[in-house]
Amino acid sequence: MNGDLAIRLRGVVKRYGPITAVNELDLDVPMGTCVGLLGPNGAGKSTTMRLLTAQSIADEGELEVLGFRLPEESKAARAQCGVVPQLDNLDVTLTVEQNLLVFTHLYRIGRADRRDAIERALKMANLVDRRTTRVDKLSGGMRRRLLIARALVHRPRLVLMDEPTVGLDPQVRQQIWALIDALRAEGTTILMSTHYIEEAQRLADTVLIMSHGRAVAAGPPAELVAEHAGREALEVYGPPARLAEVEADAGAAGLRTRRTGTSISILGVDRNGGYSVDGERRPANLEDVFVLLTGEEIA
Amino acid sequence: MAATTAPPRAPRLGRLERPALTGVLVREVVNFSSFWRSSTFSSTVEPTIYLLAFGFGFGSLVSKIGGYDYVEFVGTGTVATAVLFSSAFPAMFGTFVKYQFQRTYDAILAAPVDTEELVTAEALWIATRAGVYGCVPMLVAIAFGLDPSWGMLVVPLIAWTAGFGWACFGIMVAGFAKSFENFNYVVSAVLTPLFLVAGTFFPLSRLPEWAQVLGNVNPLHHCVELVRHAAFGFQGWTDLARVGALVAFGLVMWRIAIHAMEQKLVD
Repeated sequence: MNGDLAIRLRGVVKRYGPITAVNELDLDVPMGTCVGLLGPNGAGKSTTMRLLTAQSIADEGELEVLGFRLPEESKAARAQCGVVPQLDNLDVTLTVEQNLLVFTHLYRIGRADRRDAIERALKMANLVDRRTTRVDKLSGGMRRRLLIARALVHRPRLVLMDEPTVGLDPQVRQQIWALIDALRAEGTTILMSTHYIEEAQRLADTVLIMSHGRAVAAGPPAELVAEHAGREALEVYGPPARLAEVEADAGAAGLRTRRTGTSISILGVDRNGGYSVDGERRPANLEDVFVLLTGEEIA
Repeated sequence: MAATTAPPRAPRLGRLERPALTGVLVREVVNFSSFWRSSTFSSTVEPTIYLLAFGFGFGSLVSKIGGYDYVEFVGTGTVATAVLFSSAFPAMFGTFVKYQFQRTYDAILAAPVDTEELVTAEALWIATRAGVYGCVPMLVAIAFGLDPSWGMLVVPLIAWTAGFGWACFGIMVAGFAKSFENFNYVVSAVLTPLFLVAGTFFPLSRLPEWAQVLGNVNPLHHCVELVRHAAFGFQGWTDLARVGALVAFGLVMWRIAIHAMEQKLVD
């Protein structure tokens, strides 16, 4: 057992018939950190999340969560985890408070502490005024906040968040980010899957980029960007023929490029002082890294 | 990257733990508070209609069966019908909806609850409802002339035992089903024949021999007979064997239901 790791995965493989959803995955999540699993749909993020709650059983490899071996000791691990699912699975005919009450029982919070646990979760998710509202009367953002509150009601040591802001409008997404950031600041360990670059970049201490079930790179976002995409990228706009020409020139100069719709991004221009072309300079980002490493667009 | 030392591990948790069962039961009870009216209506009115229709419809043509007034015969028999309607059907449809559409079980299994505990708690709750709802036709029959007896006090227990088995049967069917349409086969080919060959509306002795054999392996028939004997006088070892049959039915269905749901919920 590694005492300073909340999650430790080694060589984990999960197959569904001919499809390998997770392929030789290694993952370390140190206690007190926020780790982001970044990848497009089908990269294996949600399967990894299910493996961590033993709702999927790995075909190969070793899994440890909070020091418990999975799947044998999964139940003990789940007692100390909170899970925010990608898809809403609240009891919609119950009120906000009733939903939390049910989970105080499921998470075995003692009778004397239940009321405080519910109040704390309501406050954290800013749902105090909505405690008696039925879930089917809540907005999408409120329902998402309730899902997070439900996952936190027992003060878990580890929170697993599967695409916590998927499908939410930008304003609500900011609210959820603030909530996750507050958790992170409290020292709660978080493993969060996302296909939003900005989300991973803002919230995660470490990002693991996944593609086709494999981990293709891991590290702090800034380091990943610096290592793979340099400090700056040059965005060049123009007709397809011009872009093809720029792409060829950049390639000849030893620079890496990626197509971004109507433009082409030339990466690592700060490392090559001799190269010059008209375009807009912008900071390199995780999306550049992702596309470079996987050849896929993320969203 | 900041890393802190993990606190000592909690002890490994066991199987069929009371807190896990309680947690699932609490969820059911809290949810039930939001739909108990419709559930109670459908689970009690339908068997009561059977009782009234057969009891007073056929009752005007048939005066006595096996020494009982026909209303008494049907009034005790429809307890099993109420048990079936309030256990197998909600278990089938409710379980399917919860895992397929509401994803409720994903939420529960993310907590320290295993599939075995989830299925057991669901079946316990449905059996408890069946134990209560099963008594309604008997109470209606009492209102229409069935004499109360001390033996009737064990009817909720009989209904609970049979309800547990049928609840597990329903959960098992939901666990194996791929779509709602699959339930049609079960309802038409399994539940309807068992419902009719249970001795509720007519005695099995009037049926062909093969149907009598089928009836005697029908758990619903044992429920019918036990309720009837609870009302009119127990028959010693025979009834004990019937209790054994219901318990065995419940245990077998329970294990198969757990297996079916594990296949469904854990991939």
